[in-house]
Amino acid sequence: MQWEIVIGLEIHAQLSTQSKIFSGASTAYGAMPNTQASIVDLALPGVLPVLNRGAVERAVKFGLAIGATINSPSIFARKNYFYPDLPKGYQISQYERPIVEGGNILIQTEEAEKNIRLTRAHLEEDAGKSLHEDFHGMSGIDLNRAGTPLLEIVSEPDMRSSAEAVAYAKSLHSLVRWIGICDGNMQEGSFRCDANVSVRPRGSDTYGTRCEIKNLNSFRFLEKAIEFEAERQIDILEDGGSVRQETRLYDANKGETRTMRSKEDANDYRYFPDPDLLPVEISPDWIDQLREALPELPQARRERYVTEFGLSAYDASVLTGSRELSDYFEATVQRLPAQAKLCANWIMGEISARLNKADMDVASCPVAPETLAALLSRVEDGTVSGKAAKTVFDSLWQGEMDQQVDAIIEAKGLKQISDDSAIEQQVDDVLAANAHLVADFRSGKEKAFNALVGQVMKATQGKANPAQVNAILRKKLSGQ
Amino acid sequence: MTLSIDDVKQVADLAYIKISEDEAEAALIQLSDIFKLIETMQAVDTSGVTPMSHAQDVVQRLREDRVSDSDQRALYQSIAPQVEEGLYLVPKVIE
Repeated sequence: MQWEIVIGLEIHAQLSTQSKIFSGASTAYGAMPNTQASIVDLALPGVLPVLNRGAVERAVKFGLAIGATINSPSIFARKNYFYPDLPKGYQISQYERPIVEGGNILIQTEEAEKNIRLTRAHLEEDAGKSLHEDFHGMSGIDLNRAGTPLLEIVSEPDMRSSAEAVAYAKSLHSLVRWIGICDGNMQEGSFRCDANVSVRPRGSDTYGTRCEIKNLNSFRFLEKAIEFEAERQIDILEDGGSVRQETRLYDANKGETRTMRSKEDANDYRYFPDPDLLPVEISPDWIDQLREALPELPQARRERYVTEFGLSAYDASVLTGSRELSDYFEATVQRLPAQAKLCANWIMGEISARLNKADMDVASCPVAPETLAALLSRVEDGTVSGKAAKTVFDSLWQGEMDQQVDAIIEAKGLKQISDDSAIEQQVDDVLAANAHLVADFRSGKEKAFNALVGQVMKATQGKANPAQVNAILRKKLSGQ
Repeated sequence: MTLSIDDVKQVADLAYIKISEDEAEAALIQLSDIFKLIETMQAVDTSGVTPMSHAQDVVQRLREDRVSDSDQRALYQSIAPQVEEGLYLVPKVIE
């Protein structure tokens, strides 16, 4: 039987506020335990939460960026469960009337473009951290993280492969950084994924029983976990069994998922509106202000790159993978508007490869966009060949000669020979010295032509303009 | 809904409340009265009435995003039963 995988994702994005969602404690990462846990975070008796405007603003920005409905009033609810890293005995979250409802994200996989619908995105507080190392048989609790603002972003079960799930997670990751609401740091837990996975016979229109996989803190783990889990469910079904609805944990070391808790012992969270928090009103004026403050979004830029610069949808999607990369491209192409494809190729090729190798991001690229544009304009006007340009780029990367493109070309003798008479001289020499290749060419061997071009390039140390060499060689061979 | 004395004892048990036979009897009467009140309220026709999420018709005030609480760990931990290396210690729980 042919199986279809159905995936929905829940992503927790930590909002980049200075202070917590309901208290004035700092959210800075890596502080000494409990030095950023205020009386509200500790849930001492009599304290009251006061909502952080910055958290609401970030959630609204997200909603606007995905074309969602902003609910006003939006209400907070208590989600009740008992765990020592949650001292109140409930998490303040949202149930009915979440701040963001609906919306869409367009994803790009290698095969196609696809629209993924979002169900909702709601504000909530993070819990603290339990350390189970040995404290004389006790657990240690650090409440620094308690009360950190999170936006839980829930998708519809619209993805059909691990590749689509990864593309969606990456799009979302790029978007939250793009609009500046989350730093996206996955190692520090600022962007965490849970995946709901089920399988069904291809062509079926009912969903299979799903399992939720928790704790996927990298795109690679997300991909591996979904693949393992789908395979596991298919094996069960093909053996005539049935899948049990449960929460599973991904074990990155073993590359497998295992049961965390089954549905029978799932918590009943007893959601109810939090009487400590009043309904939140978000006025149309406020929404307008936030909309105006949004930067041009990746989707709009992708479309513009295709229509304005004639780039392929794939190139446009790679270049808008992050705002920094896209800004770098914009700053380069602005100086060379007719050479967008050349700029795109260099940024996606040479620059990205170098940055990857050096484990750097584009914001700290040692070659500034204007310097790259200066180099590419020398490729465009024929001063240097594409190959020589890479040598110049090496020097620029190393910071040689104050990154003066023309000075480097001059000093390294990389100027392309574009003078017809100089090339003709070389061509004549090569033809005289390679009579056998000429004979081969005349007898119909096209390969011999390439060999002759190669000889001319060699004789000029690669500096002859290859297009001119081709033309002159053709002329001479047909004229003789 | 009719509440039995066994229901009361079970709720007390779940809430870790030690309750005597007399107290259970008294709680049964009080709880039953509360149920009656709820039944009366539920009989009211509320179709066409938008549910309120809060008893008062006012909206939430917002705080500026500013760090206003400084480190008071020593003070807060002075009342904790057990602390070590800045952590609050609790009976071990592993899910």
